[in-house]
Amino acid sequence: MATTTEEAFAGRPAVDARFRICPATGLKVHLAAQTLIKANAVVAVVFLAIGGLFGLLVALTRWQTIHILPAEWFYLALTAHGLDVLLVWIIFFEVAILYFASAILLNSRLATPKLAWVAFALMLIGALVTNVAVLQGDSSVMFTSYPPMQANPNFYLGLILFAVGTLIAVAIFFATLVIAREEKTYEGSIPLVTFGAVTAAVIAVFTLTSGAIILIPTYLWSLGFISYIDPLMYKLVWWGMGHSSQQINVAAHVAVWYAIAALTLGVKPLSEKVSRTAFLMYILFLQLASAHHLLVEPGLSSEWKVFNTSYALYLAVLGSLIHGMTVPGAIEAAQRKKGFTNGIFEWLRRAPWHNPAFAGMFMSLVMFGFLGGISGVVLGTEQINIMLHNTLYVPGHFHATVVAGTTLAFMAITYLVLPLIFQREVILPKVAQWQPYVFGVGVAGISLFMMGAGTLGVSRRHWDINFTDAALSFDYPAAAFLMLGLNGLCALLAALGGLMYVVVVVGTVLFGKKCEDGPAKPLEEGPPIGTAAVSSYGSAGTFALPGTYVLVTVFFTAFVLYYFVNWKYLSELWPMS
Amino acid sequence: MAITPPAERLWWKEPIARGELVWIVIAFLWGLIMFGMMVWWHLNGQQNPSNESYRIDPLVFGERAEAMAEAYTVREDGDSGIPVVHPPPGSDVYMLARLWEWWPSLEFEKGQTYRLHLSSMDWQHGFSLQPNNINLQVHPGYDMVVTLTPTETGTFSVVCNEFCGVGHHTMVGKIYVVDAGQGG
Repeated sequence: MATTTEEAFAGRPAVDARFRICPATGLKVHLAAQTLIKANAVVAVVFLAIGGLFGLLVALTRWQTIHILPAEWFYLALTAHGLDVLLVWIIFFEVAILYFASAILLNSRLATPKLAWVAFALMLIGALVTNVAVLQGDSSVMFTSYPPMQANPNFYLGLILFAVGTLIAVAIFFATLVIAREEKTYEGSIPLVTFGAVTAAVIAVFTLTSGAIILIPTYLWSLGFISYIDPLMYKLVWWGMGHSSQQINVAAHVAVWYAIAALTLGVKPLSEKVSRTAFLMYILFLQLASAHHLLVEPGLSSEWKVFNTSYALYLAVLGSLIHGMTVPGAIEAAQRKKGFTNGIFEWLRRAPWHNPAFAGMFMSLVMFGFLGGISGVVLGTEQINIMLHNTLYVPGHFHATVVAGTTLAFMAITYLVLPLIFQREVILPKVAQWQPYVFGVGVAGISLFMMGAGTLGVSRRHWDINFTDAALSFDYPAAAFLMLGLNGLCALLAALGGLMYVVVVVGTVLFGKKCEDGPAKPLEEGPPIGTAAVSSYGSAGTFALPGTYVLVTVFFTAFVLYYFVNWKYLSELWPMS
Repeated sequence: MAITPPAERLWWKEPIARGELVWIVIAFLWGLIMFGMMVWWHLNGQQNPSNESYRIDPLVFGERAEAMAEAYTVREDGDSGIPVVHPPPGSDVYMLARLWEWWPSLEFEKGQTYRLHLSSMDWQHGFSLQPNNINLQVHPGYDMVVTLTPTETGTFSVVCNEFCGVGHHTMVGKIYVVDAGQGG
């Protein structure tokens, strides 16, 4: 119908039938992109459920009084847990975000939807092949699969297929940016959220290439075509994927923070220049992060370690520190403009805490900074790493970044994606409202108690710290067992939060009330968004942001104190060099 | 808004608010301090990762460890069958990692310095000295030399903290530290 009308416009392709106008935002939604976003997001959530269940089993095994799995199953579950949540859930969701930030936010069509389905199929097949290899029991090599330990060849093959599929999806994202620019679907520069997605995509190209460079020879080695993989070289290149890909997550979830703040509160960035430069710093420096895993390794010099582990003078950390101030700052500016100007914190008290999108976003921001950020810098300090390498402190740290940070942010934006993209009213609104709190508190506990156990020396990836069958024995302090018990309890809480999320999402997708005329409740209290509305600066007119300054000061004080406390502990170790 | 194109097309020319600028400067300086701490600790600190390592054939490393054990074994470690070796202070000391044991157990003298060689016979392992919490990665084919000075007497355990298969959790070794001139 619209096609025939469109054909009247000589020389322009008849595209309009392929779009709908979003009643809530005024954005033009490419229907093929919308279907792809749905498919990628749904698969992501399925793997989150599977991987989360494995994670719960791992936590309940490490709780020594429960110790639910036997050793073989424990290492199998731990391998599957890392694979399904760290890789499959997050990357599938990120592909959905890339399509959203390009096609939807730029009012554009998605480049080659057919190829996007090929990418989707490759990723799904890859994920299944690797999962089957793990479940067969001969590939319990952990997510990192360090040689000379060897997995079933299909373990590596699946990962390679997954990486190729993801690379295609990233290429489609870039192609969509080109199309949007060519077809002039937006005015001026791309939005900040899309800029963040570009950052994530550029880093993805680097990390996926690193993955291919090391996993293809490793695959050939597992088939017997290559006789030897140097274990140190493997680690160096593998972590060029393994850690740098976490920076895809950081860039993506920071973009999601900005997107949720914009959609729920109409937040404008304080300064486009500052926020964009901070994203640029990720691209320039985050690739050095492989060193974080090599600080107590033989064969690498301290000069190399110090330069790389600090991301060259902490310039990528600077990027995160900037976002950590500009995101709450922009929220404060928006709230103050709405009239919440009493005292230092009225803007924060009167924020929409009942809205799971906002609540999840703000908790993600706070926990990523306070728990994940500070612990990451401390852990990545060359000498301090001696006290923490391969202890439970490491998973404690990355559960704060990847689960409390990335996963919680992705869960939060789901509550906006459901009405906007799936066009369904979120079911069980009370459950949805509590979900980010239950999950967030659980994950905060997991992170803190694992870090606590790690500072007591408890090893990660370890089935039994009672050393029951060992020839020589050792007793960890009682506090270590307490930490693992508390970790188990918090894992139960987080699993409950995860279950609430899956129930709400799956229930909404299947049974939610259709809302093709837009969500019943407006997304934000304020003027409608509209395509023509371009942003001006959030700081204009409200230069004073006292609440944000207080938050940042508290954060910085905690950071400095904790950093130097760890140097103090280090100075008490046996002298070594 | 963050989801719409910026109002100023030339967004890189816009001014930066004072509050943001102050935070950027503080954060940048803090980064320099943290970078400087690592360099400073190499010059003035006592606890630094080893910078001495060699490629080595696991068989050769095994022979060196056995030669040391042959010369300086003082007793058996409980009924584990693993010897306890009391090497001369200042000497080259070998501890090898294999599925699933640390071999041999070592006895050091407090306040003496040793050149501790760590390497693996098979897969990767993690040297995690407890309760001190000193953690080092052990690779096959690489001989890492750590110059180590125990400063307290007692029994210390080496837990493996790099996953090395289904017997990983049984891999515990021992380092005993006695007063100078004692033991043996």
